[in-house]
Amino acid sequence: MLGLIKRDITLALRSGGGIGLALSFFLILVLFVPLGVGPDREVLTRIAPGILWIGALLSCLLSLDRIFQLDTEDGTLDALVTAPLPLTGLTSAKALAHWVTTGIPLALASAPLGYLLGLPSAGYLSLIASLVIGTISLSMLGMFGAAVSVGIKRGGLLVSILVLPLYIPTLILGVQTVTRTINGDNPGPTLALLTGLTLLTVAVVPFAASVALRANLR
Amino acid sequence: MLRGPNGSGKTTLLRTLAGLTPPSVGMINVNPEEVVYAAHLDAVKPQLTVAENIAFWHNIYRTPQNGTLERFDLKHLAQRDAATLSAGQKRRLGLSRLHASSCKIWLLDEPTTALDTNHVTQFAQILTEHCASGGIAVISTHLDLPFRNAQSLDITEFIPNAQSQSDPFLDGIF
Repeated sequence: MLGLIKRDITLALRSGGGIGLALSFFLILVLFVPLGVGPDREVLTRIAPGILWIGALLSCLLSLDRIFQLDTEDGTLDALVTAPLPLTGLTSAKALAHWVTTGIPLALASAPLGYLLGLPSAGYLSLIASLVIGTISLSMLGMFGAAVSVGIKRGGLLVSILVLPLYIPTLILGVQTVTRTINGDNPGPTLALLTGLTLLTVAVVPFAASVALRANLR
Repeated sequence: MLRGPNGSGKTTLLRTLAGLTPPSVGMINVNPEEVVYAAHLDAVKPQLTVAENIAFWHNIYRTPQNGTLERFDLKHLAQRDAATLSAGQKRRLGLSRLHASSCKIWLLDEPTTALDTNHVTQFAQILTEHCASGGIAVISTHLDLPFRNAQSLDITEFIPNAQSQSDPFLDGIF
């Protein structure tokens, strides 16, 4: 399993990986917001947590269809499924590698981008914390969407449509954590709920994704 | 050795044996940990080097790296990116996964396509050694393998005539 995670990270770092793609999309999206809503600092400060979270969420979507697609196309997925590696291990490893190569870079990039939007200084820590935790569940749910659409050519859009509704609770809790911190409220409850939600997806999604994967490989 | 015309179900049989496709009738009685399946596709990552590809499969099967490169004549290519390999070299890299797996049961789908005569002989030698050490291989092929003691099964007469059960949900709605 560790070998699989390491290989996926190596592949993501080599040419055609997708780390750069997600990060530049995030950057462009966030930079476009002031152009769209105007340079009013007060408005930007108010919407910054939401924009950053939505931006990170959409950037995360970009690389979801690659989780299984490339492995299906060159036959690696068949070989991995028949290898003595539990399917749940395979699916968790895939999601974890996606989180390391997408979630963590996005969470780290959110800090300088938050500065560009005038995010109040109180919010940075909870922004990064909520994204680091929240993107785990984004990767898990996204991996499930990818597993459901394995074998469908150009399934990227389908994955997005399948997965986006599942992202709603994570988005709400994530943005609320940041907003509450900025407003001086206690972010503890929402952060705890976000963490709980993430743990739930970590516990449940690998099993669901294994079933979907097995059904799709028939 | 499985023989039969295109579409007669050789690949389906191999996929069923590998546990990928559920059998519609009967059951497969095999320890899935002892089965390795080499399909048409080579399961080679073009972005990784030859050595990295082999190391990855050794890691997955938890086996020590014991001369897999040499066995499949890939030593001189070890540091090349798999993307730059020829079709035959890529196939050899794909087949090297069998050796890396140390599984007893090999399921091979057209293993010698794209291989040159020398390497076909070499592969037959590897197969012979595998069988001599207590292994077994189920091979679907159209090409003749220089391999003695093989039992041949022509599956033409087993071509299914019944329709597979359809899924009313999928058929009705989409």
